Amino acid sequence: MSALLEVRGASKRFGGVVANEKISISVRAGEIVGLIGPNGSGKTTLFNSIAGTHQIDGGAIAFDGAEISRLRTVDIARLGLIRTYQTTRVFKQMTCVANLLAAAPAFGGGTPALLARPERAERARADEFLFFVGLADKRGMVAGELSFGQQKLLEFAMALMRRPRLLLLDEPTAGINPTLINALMDRMRRANAELGVTLLVIEHNMAVIMNLARRIYCLAHGELLAEGTPEDIRADPRVLDAYLGAR
Amino acid sequence: MSARRWALHGALALLTAAAPFLLPALAVQLAMLWIMVTLALTWDTLGGQMGYNSFGNILFFGIGMYASAIVQVGLFHDVAAYTDPAGSGSLTFTPREYYLGLAAGLLAAPIAATLAALAFGALILGLRGPYFAIATLGLGIAGGEFAAAWGYVGGASGFLMPVFPGEFGRRALFFYALAASLGIATFAALRWLYGRRFGLALNAIRDDEDKAEALGLPTVRVKIAAWAVSAFFLGLAGAIFGNLNGLIEPREVAFSGATFGVWMVLMAILGGKGTMWGPVVGAVVFHVTKELFWTYLLGWQRVALGVLIVVIVLFFPLGILGHARRRWPETFRARVEGAA
Repeated sequence: MSALLEVRGASKRFGGVVANEKISISVRAGEIVGLIGPNGSGKTTLFNSIAGTHQIDGGAIAFDGAEISRLRTVDIARLGLIRTYQTTRVFKQMTCVANLLAAAPAFGGGTPALLARPERAERARADEFLFFVGLADKRGMVAGELSFGQQKLLEFAMALMRRPRLLLLDEPTAGINPTLINALMDRMRRANAELGVTLLVIEHNMAVIMNLARRIYCLAHGELLAEGTPEDIRADPRVLDAYLGAR
Repeated sequence: MSARRWALHGALALLTAAAPFLLPALAVQLAMLWIMVTLALTWDTLGGQMGYNSFGNILFFGIGMYASAIVQVGLFHDVAAYTDPAGSGSLTFTPREYYLGLAAGLLAAPIAATLAALAFGALILGLRGPYFAIATLGLGIAGGEFAAAWGYVGGASGFLMPVFPGEFGRRALFFYALAASLGIATFAALRWLYGRRFGLALNAIRDDEDKAEALGLPTVRVKIAAWAVSAFFLGLAGAIFGNLNGLIEPREVAFSGATFGVWMVLMAILGGKGTMWGPVVGAVVFHVTKELFWTYLLGWQRVALGVLIVVIVLFFPLGILGHARRRWPETFRARVEGAA
């Protein structure tokens, strides 16, 4: 069985800065994979390459067997590859439920879909996902008035609403209090197990990612440093060096 | 809809129908009011709902005006001969020609304006924020200069519209009816659109366009379509206003960025941009205030208007409805999308 996401030798340079150098990773359908590395190691750049925010300078990216490295963000999203942002991004002046409705997959349905009201089933799903992330009572509240952590949950719910096959989560637990982190981890696991969403997660919180992911990739200085199970990664001296500085 | 809402709508409809009969001397002004309502509503589609400040929407107003003029005259006469200052006045229209021409003009105007919006939209709607605003500013100015240099439509001396065949009092009523229908149709169409997924997409683009794209929303198509929709109604507004005014001047009337072009922005902001009723309220308050200035502060009317503009931007950045909604959230509660 081939991988759902296959990145082969992806490179990205910004002027003289090599942000990603020949990185190869693969994610199989149904997996939860972690992506770690010190600040500036190129994790978000890799996400941007995969999601089509910018084009890569070399290498190849395949989603479900099809090359996507030359596609635009919108088209990649339509294939079911959805990403969230490190700096949480929700539609701040819209209500929570409107945020979810705006994330509905129906928007891929052309002009007739644009001229239709959100269907009953769609509205029900929006409410389900609000309930799923614990924001049911904030339904009619403007998203900009939510706390930072709640906005993270809302963004996660929006991503799920889009019916993703692969979800790229960029530091989903950054800046959230520990109680909410546990809630969010639980939701990520359930999204994976119950909704069949494959997850690729950038995370700085080691406790979270070691708990969540079955496999972890570690980047450093724009290159792939290590790959393995959480135990392998934890035991790998190179990973420690990368985070704390060698010697 | 609640009983209170029905009563409110009914009262407004009655007022709309009765207004020109109650105030016959002001019928032309009332027709102008509906034009202003249309200008504010159409500006708000991009400026309020979608978060794209356009300072060039006047372009579609002017294009509609000229398109209608050319068709109205061109159906029965040679346009170049009609606009030739030497031969002016010799070419006339029978009542039947007038009404037929007007009908055809009212058909051509929105089509021409919409096509222009599709073309320019594809060209410059890739720009964002201040870059888009400046590009649109250029569009409006270019439109005026182009028309002023185009001898076929009279150039800088303008285009004298065919004369209304009926008596004077009926003329005002006729154009009031046209303008009121346009204002109401614009309101109804936009309200319908905003209630669909299209409205969600507009708001999503306003709040975070990159995010909208990352969720797979067809942002390019929505942006261009939104501009085309406002251009459609702006074109109609231009056609009606050209006939109401009688004379089309390229820079002062058709592509008048300094008056209508700025006013449409101010009215939307004054009333509360991004709301359904805001532009309507803003247009009414602005138009009435403006007319009062012209009547009672003659000589200083432009100064007073300038001060009003500064006051609006300084003290009512949210607009009348925005303020009302913040102070009395229960009464002016934001409509919860998806609650049907």
